[in-house]
Amino acid sequence: MAEFFTTNLIEYVSLSEAWATPLGYILAAMIHIALLLNVVAVGALGFIWLERKVAGRIQDRLGPTRVGGRFGWLQTLADGLKLITKEDLMPAAADPFLFRVAPYVAFCASFAAYLALPFATGWVGQHLNVAVFFILAVLGIEVFGVILAGYGSASKWSLFGAMREAAQVVSYEVPLGLCVIVPVMIAGTMDLIAIGDMQAGMVWNWFIFHDPFTFITFWVFFTCATASVNRAPFDLAEAESELVAGFHTEYSGLRWSFFFMAEYGSMFLVSVLAAILFFGGWNGPIPITEIIGLNETNGALAGYVGNLLGMTNLIIKASLGVTVMIWVRWSFPRLRIDQVITTCLKYCTPIAAMMFLGAALWILYLPGGLWATLRLSDPLGHTREAAPDQQAAAMPADGERE
Amino acid sequence: MSTDVDDPRIVEFDVRTDEMLVNMGPQHPSTHGVLRLVLRTDGEIVSEVTPHIGYLHRCAEKIGENLTPRQWIPYTDRMDYLAGMNMNLGWSLTVEKLLNYELPEKARHLRVIIAELNRIASHFVGMGAYGLDLGTFSPFLYAFREREKILDLFEDACGARLTYSYITPGGATDDLPAGWLKKCETFLDQLLAVIDECHTLLTTNEIFIRRTVNVGVLSPEMAINYGCTGPVLRGSGVDHDLRRDGEERYTEMYDGYAFEVICETDGHYPSDHDYPPVPESAVLGDCWHRFYVRMLEVIQAMDLIRQAMDRYSTAEGDYGVPIKLFEKLPKGEVYLETECPRGQMGFYLVSDGTSIPWRTRARSSCFSNLSVTEELCRGVLLADVPAVVGSLDIVMGEIDR
Repeated sequence: MAEFFTTNLIEYVSLSEAWATPLGYILAAMIHIALLLNVVAVGALGFIWLERKVAGRIQDRLGPTRVGGRFGWLQTLADGLKLITKEDLMPAAADPFLFRVAPYVAFCASFAAYLALPFATGWVGQHLNVAVFFILAVLGIEVFGVILAGYGSASKWSLFGAMREAAQVVSYEVPLGLCVIVPVMIAGTMDLIAIGDMQAGMVWNWFIFHDPFTFITFWVFFTCATASVNRAPFDLAEAESELVAGFHTEYSGLRWSFFFMAEYGSMFLVSVLAAILFFGGWNGPIPITEIIGLNETNGALAGYVGNLLGMTNLIIKASLGVTVMIWVRWSFPRLRIDQVITTCLKYCTPIAAMMFLGAALWILYLPGGLWATLRLSDPLGHTREAAPDQQAAAMPADGERE
Repeated sequence: MSTDVDDPRIVEFDVRTDEMLVNMGPQHPSTHGVLRLVLRTDGEIVSEVTPHIGYLHRCAEKIGENLTPRQWIPYTDRMDYLAGMNMNLGWSLTVEKLLNYELPEKARHLRVIIAELNRIASHFVGMGAYGLDLGTFSPFLYAFREREKILDLFEDACGARLTYSYITPGGATDDLPAGWLKKCETFLDQLLAVIDECHTLLTTNEIFIRRTVNVGVLSPEMAINYGCTGPVLRGSGVDHDLRRDGEERYTEMYDGYAFEVICETDGHYPSDHDYPPVPESAVLGDCWHRFYVRMLEVIQAMDLIRQAMDRYSTAEGDYGVPIKLFEKLPKGEVYLETECPRGQMGFYLVSDGTSIPWRTRARSSCFSNLSVTEELCRGVLLADVPAVVGSLDIVMGEIDR
């Protein structure tokens, strides 16, 4: 997109190349950011509404019904307006700088991770060949926002929440990282687009069905992801029955809503990540778009429509993940801090490590995956090859060099 | 760094961590009203809990010394506002004891129906609120949905939904309206399915079990020493229920009713229903048992209501004795305890021969139950404090009066 702007700036605005190139990059970056900000904000709006509706359904009530028609789908916007008009309070004893900066740190961490998150082949803010690594690393920064909030609030309850968050998130990043390595190992790349494309074809090409180890890995991943984004039953940092509201006890209005957006942003993020790593990303269970020829080879428009359908596919899968998280939240009591840490150290980490080992051996001896081993044919002739070859396919530059 | 100190309150000077004093309440989501707990914490570990009460004191007892017993009934409603009928009943029985009223049979059965129905409503709130304390929301709304139906029944009977003033000295203010028993029967028929739902969401839920089992273990001796009563006492395995063991004037209401005291004997609860099993890790007297006793008492209350409705529909007499306004009270003093949903609620009345009592006092069950908090919460984790306090199921209105 940057080249598009640069060439057009040179051609139509007759800027010199020295000016046009940086300007083109800035314009492209701003468009990407605007698009992503919309994805995060609209996504959060949608998921907050979904949370309220699902909670209502679970609890035998209606949830929002008025704002924006029958289903109350504009309720979140009305809430947002209310939050903007609320007084921006800060405790007298709070550290003013840390208190103010904390919500932005939390939100930016969640938002920045979206930069590397692809929504379809080539539809990504910034194509990174280490996207998985980048997302996990940036998501980990969110904890700083929470710790700063807890420390800066000068409230004991906030401090409790922050300490719990620190203990919990840092512990859960270990099994989370181990779980993520398993699909990365099968794909042989950290490039999320390559990982997604590799799972094209029938449903058994999805990495979750690659072998029994990946199947178990997914459940561990989902548990750890729930814990690392602070969702119930692991929502200890804000445990409202114990810590009043945990780290955001002292926050009000818009600052508070930034924490809220960050929470829902990360929730969607880990769900998209799970969908790409385990559930075929933008590839449907049956490759319909491929069968009817909606891809780049049949023209740009066909490719665009195909990508759009793929993105819909991905969003549906991720929304299902978010719905499960919501469902869990409204069904289960909260764990205690020692139980949370025990779950991580005694169960999640060893299981993840075992799955890592198992998957590694599986790839070594049965590189085609379970279904190729069982000789299930693929109607479209997708074949799964050994990891090193896939890596070569995913990175043509390396292949050419050879 | 923690050291092995026998008394966790003693922290030596060379220990580098700071202790923190935290106010839990009076404005806190899980202190059931306006209880204030001062926690001394070392990280997540709570070494000392001091309950402070008195934020809801409304001088109800003193007001009782300026009103006739009948006028004081609305004030008893506001003590345990979740079980107003049982409060009315306790006070009415006390006054009747002084006046030596003999109630018609019908009035007695009516009182059993109403009191047990209120017990169900109260235990449902306790159960739902306990879920909230442990961080799950849905059981609370299920519980309130059912409580709403009970409140509808009460509204039909007396016009009020929370502060009833329905049971009065000499019987009740009015008879049950026509068709009420049928409605009540319909309500009871669908209740069992809801209780099973709650068992699925809470009693047998693995996280719930892990949060409540072996937490806040109250030994039978300690329960008796602190004067704990009601489900808190029975949760510790002490076989004591005033409906069976109480004073004649109270137990005669339950004469001929088939019911067993809900408490564990030899590792078993009296059961003729398909109850969920007691988890193996459960220790008698822990939070899980206290919760479980309440759940069983709901089913028992359903059974009692069914029996009472049968008797009520065929009983002789009226719903009460004729009311004598501003009746002179005979000289003397009386004290009577009844089995309220939260424990034994006692009323004390001294009369000097006028129509206004010379002294009125109330003995709160929640006050005694709350007093064990300090013992139970010593050395637990912060998250266990709401779990323990919630399992005692206190109502501040009754403690502070």
